Amino acid sequence: MSRMLPMAKDPPRDRGSFWHRTWAMLVKEFIQLRRDRVSFAMIVMLPLMQLLLFGYAINTTPRDLPTAVLLQENSDLGRSILAALRNTQYFKITHQVTSEAEFDKVLASGQVLFAIEIPAGFERAVRRGERPALLVAADATDPVAAGSAMGALGQIVQSALAHDYGLPEAAAPLFEFRAHARYNPAGATYLNIVPGLVGTILTMTMLIFTALSVTREIERGTMESLLAMPITPVEIMLGKIVPYVLVGFVQAALIIGIGVLLFGVPVIGSLGLLALLSTLFITANLAIGYTFSTIAQNQLQAMQMSMMFFLPNILLSGFMFPFAGMPVWAQWIGEALPLTHYLRIVRAIMLKGATLPDLTYDSLALVGLTLVAMTIAVSRFRRTLD
Amino acid sequence: MTEAPDLAKDGIAKNDIAIDVHGLTKKFGARTVVRDLSMQVRRGSIYGFLGPNGSGKTTTIRMLCGLLTPDAGEGTCLGFNIRTQADKIKRRVGYMTQRFSLYQDLSVRENLEFVARIYGLPDPANAARDMISRIGLSGREAQLAGELSGGWKQRLALGACTLPSPQLLLLDEPTAGVDPKARREFWNEIHALAADGLTVLVSTHYMDEAERCHEIAYIAYGELLVHGTVDEVIASAHLVTYTVSASNGEGLAKIADELNGRPGIDMVAPFGSSLHVGGRDASALEAALQSFRDRPGLAIEPAKPTLEDVFIDLMTRARDNFQ
Ligand SMILES: Nc1ncnc2c1ncn2[C@@H]1O[C@H](COP(=O)(O)OP(=O)(O)O)[C@@H](O)[C@H]1O
Ligand SMILES: [Mg+2]
Repeated sequence: MSRMLPMAKDPPRDRGSFWHRTWAMLVKEFIQLRRDRVSFAMIVMLPLMQLLLFGYAINTTPRDLPTAVLLQENSDLGRSILAALRNTQYFKITHQVTSEAEFDKVLASGQVLFAIEIPAGFERAVRRGERPALLVAADATDPVAAGSAMGALGQIVQSALAHDYGLPEAAAPLFEFRAHARYNPAGATYLNIVPGLVGTILTMTMLIFTALSVTREIERGTMESLLAMPITPVEIMLGKIVPYVLVGFVQAALIIGIGVLLFGVPVIGSLGLLALLSTLFITANLAIGYTFSTIAQNQLQAMQMSMMFFLPNILLSGFMFPFAGMPVWAQWIGEALPLTHYLRIVRAIMLKGATLPDLTYDSLALVGLTLVAMTIAVSRFRRTLD
Repeated sequence: MTEAPDLAKDGIAKNDIAIDVHGLTKKFGARTVVRDLSMQVRRGSIYGFLGPNGSGKTTTIRMLCGLLTPDAGEGTCLGFNIRTQADKIKRRVGYMTQRFSLYQDLSVRENLEFVARIYGLPDPANAARDMISRIGLSGREAQLAGELSGGWKQRLALGACTLPSPQLLLLDEPTAGVDPKARREFWNEIHALAADGLTVLVSTHYMDEAERCHEIAYIAYGELLVHGTVDEVIASAHLVTYTVSASNGEGLAKIADELNGRPGIDMVAPFGSSLHVGGRDASALEAALQSFRDRPGLAIEPAKPTLEDVFIDLMTRARDNFQ
């Protein structure tokens, strides 16, 4: 070994800024993530698997769903719609009912899952461009089945009619499609599931990534070197969180992309806003996971804490059960969970085309939760080995 | 090191003392692991920190660089208060941990670049490259640190802690588990660093390494028992020693048992094919040995006490005090 140090002069000691050190940490975390095959696989596989599992449920259940039809007028258009329905594999017209009472009865008794009513004067209204309502009632006790078929319905009928009438498909809808999910009015439809999945998958993966970050350094013994270096808790935290923001971003893009391409989920609102607020949500979860890792004694504890946190996220955020239907205390807990706010945000943007002013409260809530978590994490971070 | 210009600015008054601590005490729960420890280390010297396992060496070193907070005691490291100015100390101290603590899943180069960036070196890639060739790891820069052998890991660790050009190196058992050749090279390197003005505090339990230090301190059961140059430490023990050897080389273990615990005999230790027998009271020791002198095939000769004799004696006494 030759000489190591040309100790000519003492170098300036207080150089090296906040940015240098945060950058050092960030690069290190990136390299480690890249080397960690399991985590890397998890980033891609977890959303894919979840989506495909749900997608499987979405794609296979709706076959030959028993359907009742109530024709209030006898028109070409009505017959066209029926033909279009028959042509799809989703619906099987098992009942031709003649009254509202019968319509309700077959649905309530479970003889059919769908009941479609073509109101009187429908064709004339369509021709006049009045966009009349086509009423579809669904037994939403099985929201996945009902929801996805219902989602498909509008598309099918629309395109069938366009075809029959020789109109371009992109033209304005000829009629209003008024879906009515019965017995579970707030039940998740396929439109809700994909946005909901974005949130839950991100919550799970982001928590796990950072929940292990500090405990892993301690258990591998690298914390001793790290603490002996002039790096501050804030720099360590940011260096450990930022790489995963990108990871979360990729995951979100993956899920939304598949949702749009495979399941035809619309993104009505601004994609930029969705990206921005998703980043905020991702950061909130990373900060919470990181907080766990500063509190936990070891990796097992950190994992347990994450799971304990994940459970109410699933149950109380409005993903599983309609938020408005929960008892007040549960709603209060729900308000403290990032997923609750993100579900509102992502559904509102994707399905309703909401803009930032509509989402101020939920966005601020996410910022607040992030800051609280980061404050706890920085103050809990042990700067010594005591 | 000649006076570095920014030291004055940082307010170092006693320029020739790198470490100056008094009464350091550290407890874990009810157990006192380091007790009332005081030490002074001169700048530019190599200070050996010796003691059996569990005696508190690592704990002391951690207190010096701000990784542990002492329960009692005060002191400075490079002129900075170890309690309140840990940040300043960390910028100037290279700490090589006992257990390898660089990132096993980062390559040699990535580890060094990480350190370079943390300390804000102007060109991390270049600094890492230079260090790789200095520590003789050229050709292995892309190898993961976790896949290096013990000796290479140790070089990498030393490279990492010298990369930011520290003024003080704290090396915690750097040569444990390293082969003799690598050990010698390592010590040559340490001497070269010290010649350049770096202060080195190195813990070890190899006696031959102690002899390569300018000054040593011996710690047992958390108490610093003795310090000084090797000669001073040996002299301060006031130990008189003899070597006892058997012509047929057998039966020494039995003789050791017989000698042990006799009044006047403070230490008995086997050394190869002979025994080292020592005592602090020369006449009592002489009397105790008298009855063995006429045994056939047994040779008893006066010997210079070695550092090891002294440490064995110190440890025996320390143990007696603590039990
Ligand atoms: N964080 C800790 N918590 C509890 N006991 C500790 C801790 N660190 C060290 N010890 C104990 O303190 C004693 C001294 O340890 P250490 O300083 O590592 O000794 P050495 O480095 O001389 O082998 C040992 O008995 C060890 O078990
Ligand atoms: Mg030790």
